[in-house]
Amino acid sequence: MRYLISLIPVLPLAGFLILAFVGKRLNKVSAGVIACGTVFSAFILSLIVFMNANGNPTFENGMTITLFDWISVGSFRATFSFLIDPLSLVFLLVITGVGFLIHLYSVGYMKEDEGYNRYFSYLNLFIFFMTLLVLGNNFLLMFVGWEGVGFCSYLLIGFWFKNSAYNDAAVKAFVMNRIGDLGFLLGIILIFITFGSIEYASVFAQAGQMQPGGFVIIAITLLLFLGAIGKSAQIPLYTWLPDAMAGPTPVSALIHAATMVTAGIYMIARTNILYTMAPLTLQIIAGIGIATALLGATIGLVQNDIKKVLAYSTVSQLGLMFLALGVGAYNAAVFHVVTHAFFKALLFLGAGSVIHALHGEQDIRRMGGLRKLMPVTWLAFLIASIAISGIPPFAGFFSKDEILMHVYASNPMLWVLAVLCSVLTAFYVFRLFFLTFSGEYRGDPATIGHLHKTPMSMSGPLIVLAVLSAVGGLIGIPELFSGGNLLGQFLSPVFGQSALHLHLPALSHEVEYVLIGISVVVALLAVLFAMYLYAYRKEVSVTESSALRPVHNFVYHKYYVDELYQTLITKPLQWLGDKTYRILELKVVDGVVEWIGRFVVMCGKSLRLIQNGESGIYLLAMVVAIIVLIVTANF
Amino acid sequence: MLIILLTVLLLVGSIVVAAGKAGHAKRVALVFASAGLVISLIMLFQFRSGAEAQFVTSIPWVPSLNIHFHLAADGISLLLVLLTTTLTPLIIYSSFNKQIARANVFYSLILFMQMALVGVFTAMDGFLFYVFWELALIPIYFICLLWGGDGRARITFKFFLYTMVGSLFMLAALIILYLHTPNQSFAIDQLYQAHNTLSPTLQHGVFWGLFLAFAVKMPIFPFHTWQPDTYTNAPTQGSMLLSAIMLKMGVYGMIRWLLPTVPFGMDAYAGFAAILAVIGIVYASCIALAQVDFKRLIAYSSLAHVGLMAAGVLSQTEHGVIGAVMQMLSHGIVVFALFFAADVFINRTGSSALNALGGIRTSAPLFATSFLIVILGSIALPLTSGFPGEFLLLSGIFQFNIILAVFAGLTVILGAVYMLRAYQKACLGERRVGAGEFRDITGVEKTVFVIVAVCILALGIFPKPILDLAGPSVRRLLEISSQ
Repeated sequence: MRYLISLIPVLPLAGFLILAFVGKRLNKVSAGVIACGTVFSAFILSLIVFMNANGNPTFENGMTITLFDWISVGSFRATFSFLIDPLSLVFLLVITGVGFLIHLYSVGYMKEDEGYNRYFSYLNLFIFFMTLLVLGNNFLLMFVGWEGVGFCSYLLIGFWFKNSAYNDAAVKAFVMNRIGDLGFLLGIILIFITFGSIEYASVFAQAGQMQPGGFVIIAITLLLFLGAIGKSAQIPLYTWLPDAMAGPTPVSALIHAATMVTAGIYMIARTNILYTMAPLTLQIIAGIGIATALLGATIGLVQNDIKKVLAYSTVSQLGLMFLALGVGAYNAAVFHVVTHAFFKALLFLGAGSVIHALHGEQDIRRMGGLRKLMPVTWLAFLIASIAISGIPPFAGFFSKDEILMHVYASNPMLWVLAVLCSVLTAFYVFRLFFLTFSGEYRGDPATIGHLHKTPMSMSGPLIVLAVLSAVGGLIGIPELFSGGNLLGQFLSPVFGQSALHLHLPALSHEVEYVLIGISVVVALLAVLFAMYLYAYRKEVSVTESSALRPVHNFVYHKYYVDELYQTLITKPLQWLGDKTYRILELKVVDGVVEWIGRFVVMCGKSLRLIQNGESGIYLLAMVVAIIVLIVTANF
Repeated sequence: MLIILLTVLLLVGSIVVAAGKAGHAKRVALVFASAGLVISLIMLFQFRSGAEAQFVTSIPWVPSLNIHFHLAADGISLLLVLLTTTLTPLIIYSSFNKQIARANVFYSLILFMQMALVGVFTAMDGFLFYVFWELALIPIYFICLLWGGDGRARITFKFFLYTMVGSLFMLAALIILYLHTPNQSFAIDQLYQAHNTLSPTLQHGVFWGLFLAFAVKMPIFPFHTWQPDTYTNAPTQGSMLLSAIMLKMGVYGMIRWLLPTVPFGMDAYAGFAAILAVIGIVYASCIALAQVDFKRLIAYSSLAHVGLMAAGVLSQTEHGVIGAVMQMLSHGIVVFALFFAADVFINRTGSSALNALGGIRTSAPLFATSFLIVILGSIALPLTSGFPGEFLLLSGIFQFNIILAVFAGLTVILGAVYMLRAYQKACLGERRVGAGEFRDITGVEKTVFVIVAVCILALGIFPKPILDLAGPSVRRLLEISSQ
């Protein structure tokens, strides 16, 4: 078993190494087989481990496998060790399962690309780092995976490296992540100083004994959360994620929707006991979560690029997950990570099929009427849209419901905002859906004449993900609907320690029914409104004369946050660099040195007058010097 | 004995190369440098773990002043000797494609410099240390002066004068220490005891004397202005020697000769000096953002990195000092490779101006990949050599002062900005119009990059042997300093 578990990250790594070293000599078929095969094998292994783990007490408390010492100095010890427990298993299954489907999809999507083998090597490397992230048994190993996936994200956003705008987006993503990573790194150091260890088991055991609300624990959790803000694209470090859509669409599905961006949620779920001990941090997380959720949803309302809508949707959904974490509903957040991985990956892959068919067109104003031409994609996209809108019994409903219940129990005002967010979500996703698939085709007639066919390798993953988006919620049916909440039970050992401290208030069944009723009805209304506007009235975008135009523009330009960052950070930093160099460095610091140099030369010139060959003066100088030396020596 | 053998071998090599034909010089020099590597590897295998200095040779040299020709190596010394003996053959090999005028003199100077560097890292006698310290300056002075670019006379003169002045302060400080040793001796163990009879005021003076010499050599802000011009102007092999090995003399000096010597001085001024070092990190990183020439960018990035090492040493923590040792090795390899990449640019396009490059990846994928690995080492991505050192350094500084650690940590962000931008400008995008095909690396270039990439990854994935080697010696020095 230990051997099998170690193979889970090793397989994709092997795939990467093969593709990196002999990739040039491989044809596309064998490269695709290696890339998909390694990830698929990793998935099967995860499944086997999962089968064995279910109900097995060794796994519930976490099983550790130590490979080798990595960085150890004195009492500090960071090992290459894996931790298999319910939480890492859930994430492993999602990463390798959805990861495999997206690998498979890419075989069709990237078929024509000249960088095909390079693409798959990056993708395998990503899976390696992502599994490392969730398997590490200490903070530093999580950080390895954390930065590693960030680097793969950099490579894949800038995959088409001839395009400067794409490269800019890649650097932006990496740098914004690094801002968060600095916080993460300092947080790890503070953890070591506080607990004398960076291994989860030891840290969490001690944290459980701490006084809640202490200064140090708040500092630690805030620093770690800074890392999560960067990686999971929350305010204020979210602007890299929409730009990251420069990468190939399957990459957006895998990295920038289903897996990497949920690493922040994983981190907080993993360290839940630390956060439970820091109520102030939890409140901040809830605040940032709901603010990001609303911000993303409003921007998503007015974007016209199919991928941009989905990107802001991801930002918004991640915000919802942080809201869940913030009210202590760790289990609900992980549940939503899982269902979100299904339906958001599906939305992106569906969008990818559309883009692929339309020869790269991404503007939904030039789409429409694709339902008849692409029935499989249409159906898949429809299922995903229903799922994300939170309409029962699709996957998103159950996870969103669990979040909303906990939010209401914690603070009804937050619940109102969260429901508002689901209304916006239902509206923008169905606006996208109707503009793309219903009505008449509005694009270039030449394109529609010879649509790219969607090959089996692409429609297969769509179908599987559509099934998962439809029924995936079954893993967490709440007790209200006489379900067992399997996921919640499976994960309960991980959150057990927090549960002792948190005391989440329970709602009566009547209240729950009313709340569910409200959220489902308003979501349905939003869907109908979108249908009325975009399917019935066939609106495409806000008309020039509309009173909403200025608001629309303001939101369309993403509240000008990018411009704000440009003005407040990027430009001043460039200015600072330039001025530091030209003025401070060349004129002041070096200027002083040169001035001293000149001064010494001047003195030298004056002193030269003494050196006139008169040996008496030399003798005198020597005697004086010796006396000075002797005096100071005995001083 | 092995250290003596190593230094004598290099000295003989230097003479043989100088006397031999220019045409054979590089090969002969490479043979001697490789033999040096073999000897240092034997040392590594014979080394018994622990803090004890080994391979001791101690011969009375100037008996009247109690000066000994005393060479020995503990873990720290051994690692720096290994760095020197690994990089020097690489530096020589990296020039194999070049036609260098008066090659016999050039390579002879490199070997001589290597000899002096080994001496600096193994000298256990204050006076001997000073002698090797100054000896190391002479060859690099001539290398920069005779093979440098335009305006070399003025730039090299400034470099020489600046470091000379720094060294004189060190000599003065060493003499003061010498006068206060129990038996009037330059032996390092004796010098470590000098502080018992030193007044606090004199300790402060000694601190600054030693610190200035090391600060100029590394260099630390604001004593650095000789460095960017010199790095940019020197011949590539000269820049490599300066940045990859010679600047480690300063960091090493701080660890061995400053940290344990004047506890009062450290108490009083280490914080202030660490602030200077951290200012240097942010300052140099900001300047690096504005650089358009790759060589100058390397110079400022090196300044930022060395500031982090200095701050780590000055933190006087186990993590800080061991991190500095680790980072010296990583930085040595990385900065060597960065200058080699600059050399590749210059060979192909005639300049290292980033604006003249672009789109290299298309025609030179192997170079672009190797270059990226080097850059990852430089920005300390985990599993590259830069990470263990940078993490330990930040941890050490954090334990010393949290605010300093936050500012020092900015290098994590800013380093990524300027390095990835440089990579983007050089390798990505479209090939510039009129800027012909960029040949991919082959032969010598390929070999060098492969060796470097392997080192960067190996040290990043398995830094344990190095940390274990440095650990006991560092702990011993910290114990001495806290007594």
